[in-house]
Amino acid sequence: MPITNRSYWPVVASAVFAAVFVLLFLYLEEQWEIAVLAVGLVAALYSAVRFGFLGRIEAAASDHPRTTIVVNFVAALAVIVLLRGEHFALLMLATVFLYVTVCLGLTIQFGYTGIVNFAGIAFFGIGAYTTAVLTAHTGVPHLLVIIIAGLVAGLIGSVLILPLLRTRGHYAALVTIAFGILFRTFLEVSDVLGGPQGLKVPGMQILGWSLNDNISLGPLGSVSFYASYAVVALLLAAGAYILVKRLERSWIGLNLDAIRTDETAAASFGIDVPRWKIFAFTVGNCLAGFAGAVYAMMSGFIAPASFNFGDSLLLVSIVLLGGSGNPLGVLPAALLVVVLPEKLQIIQEYRFLLFAVLVILILRFRPEGLLPRKMREYFAAWSRS
Amino acid sequence: MDLGFIAQYLLNGIVLGVIYAMVAVGFTLFFGVLDVIKFSHGDVVMAGAFTALATYAGLELLGLGYPTFAAVFITLAGIAAMALLGALLAKFLILPLRNAPPLNTLLITLMFGLALRESVRLFYPNGSNPKPFPQLLPDLSLSLGNLELRFDSVLLIIVGLGAIIGVHMLIERSRIGLAIRAVAQDPETARLMGINFERVVLATFGLGSALAALAGVTNGLYYSEVNFGMGLLLGVIGFSAAVVGGLGSLYGAIIGGFLFAALQTIGAVWFSVPAYKDVFAFACIIALMAWKPTGLLAAKSAERV
Repeated sequence: MPITNRSYWPVVASAVFAAVFVLLFLYLEEQWEIAVLAVGLVAALYSAVRFGFLGRIEAAASDHPRTTIVVNFVAALAVIVLLRGEHFALLMLATVFLYVTVCLGLTIQFGYTGIVNFAGIAFFGIGAYTTAVLTAHTGVPHLLVIIIAGLVAGLIGSVLILPLLRTRGHYAALVTIAFGILFRTFLEVSDVLGGPQGLKVPGMQILGWSLNDNISLGPLGSVSFYASYAVVALLLAAGAYILVKRLERSWIGLNLDAIRTDETAAASFGIDVPRWKIFAFTVGNCLAGFAGAVYAMMSGFIAPASFNFGDSLLLVSIVLLGGSGNPLGVLPAALLVVVLPEKLQIIQEYRFLLFAVLVILILRFRPEGLLPRKMREYFAAWSRS
Repeated sequence: MDLGFIAQYLLNGIVLGVIYAMVAVGFTLFFGVLDVIKFSHGDVVMAGAFTALATYAGLELLGLGYPTFAAVFITLAGIAAMALLGALLAKFLILPLRNAPPLNTLLITLMFGLALRESVRLFYPNGSNPKPFPQLLPDLSLSLGNLELRFDSVLLIIVGLGAIIGVHMLIERSRIGLAIRAVAQDPETARLMGINFERVVLATFGLGSALAALAGVTNGLYYSEVNFGMGLLLGVIGFSAAVVGGLGSLYGAIIGGFLFAALQTIGAVWFSVPAYKDVFAFACIIALMAWKPTGLLAAKSAERV
């Protein structure tokens, strides 16, 4: 059979569908509408998996990797443009993109390499606090601050490398859990870092342009300053997505997968296990640090209360909920976990309880997550020829 | 610093150590039989304390709030309720996930813990605020210089140590203990020998959770206060203690519990800001993990590929 490329229309269709969905989700106010949408999202994902639409979309996406990224990026931009005046909706959207970035980092660590990181929010917090300190005491340009914040998160993470390399499984889980709690407690008692009151962070400035100003478009109304941050967060998330996708396809990704599946066997095939574990752990923490930096500038204020152990659990649940190791699954999962409780005011008080029950149900009845990861496929046409 | 102060710190540290050891023994029991970590354990501790508190409110309504009787009764009520809860948790959340990746079990129990915590916060009357725990033990104390020897601390230490020794005897000497040890060693062979696997697992989870409830009541009586969030840190500390001691080893859990309490006490004495004690203790735990990756007492075993 001749090898033909499939059409890319499924990718476009799914991107449009997702964009409309996200738009409605963020825009609607009525409680019953949001509830219907949330149920609809789960139902749509489920039927997409069940009836093979998802397979078709994924196949098309793997045939056209560049088109996929461009189309989804444009769709996300379109959502931001359409929501331009809505402060709260854009803030949530930007938060979702930042969480997606952190969770993509966790995907490298946990989804590929199998290093469980229960201190995700701590590295996010290290990025945020680095930003606060650098912007307050130095005149480093803000774009550089973001990069430094990521690197600092990676650097501080290297403290954990030795215990992580020597331990496995539950023992390794303890190392990151202990670090997450240590970090939070340290912030609370450290006077230099503002103690429980936290620190103020100035807004981001890129080449003299302040992102904290609303942009006036004359007769078209004004654009919320959160729109600028949403675009920055989107760029960050898109960059992280491309990085993760490229990693997965490369021989590095193959090494990481081998280490997760069986460390001993991987080592006996000549894979340098410590090297790739260090690599995955550090890259993941850097991504969390970048996201933390943007978060700090966007919210203008950071305090230890935003970096609880519970938030780290939230991040791990997003990865598992989306389907461990599938970067595509992170987005709907982050959307559900971050936006749903904010939008459903009725359940506001009960949100953690409902969230806990939801995750329990998913783990119990669909342990592979909403969008399970597919087998790696280097030459998509092989399976069809 | 004189001897009285040191003795005071030592005494407080021992009470903490007993509480931590009771929590850690649960972790090590569960890991022994099923190789799982039940992360809701800390919240079971909290729920045990709250069950006792609710029972006390009930007793007072009935006019039966005599201190000694109430202390015994509410402790038993908390223990019974948590033993049941532990067995139910094992039956409906943990056993069905036996063949899933271990992280899923860890996460599902974490989420169960969160649900438990939130339920207490939302549904216990005024549950989001710290609740005073009734002072049921006689308020006697002996002053020896700077050392204030509180009667209730001594009693709590005795009861706690007694419970740990009791669990140890149960596991080493009784029939069900033999079954638990058999399952821990090799579940398949244990089944072939006619051991009811599920019943042993449920019994173990009941036993561990009962000990957690006792730890919760002890904690409540010692600090005279309970709150819905107290379980998270207690759970993490118990887990740290069990892991540092070596998962699956009962002695390891006890040593780990006292070690953590010692680290906290040293941290509190060493730093002028007492809040640094947890930072210090957890930093030491991370360092210990780097030095002894499988805990202080765990048996070294070659991995099967």
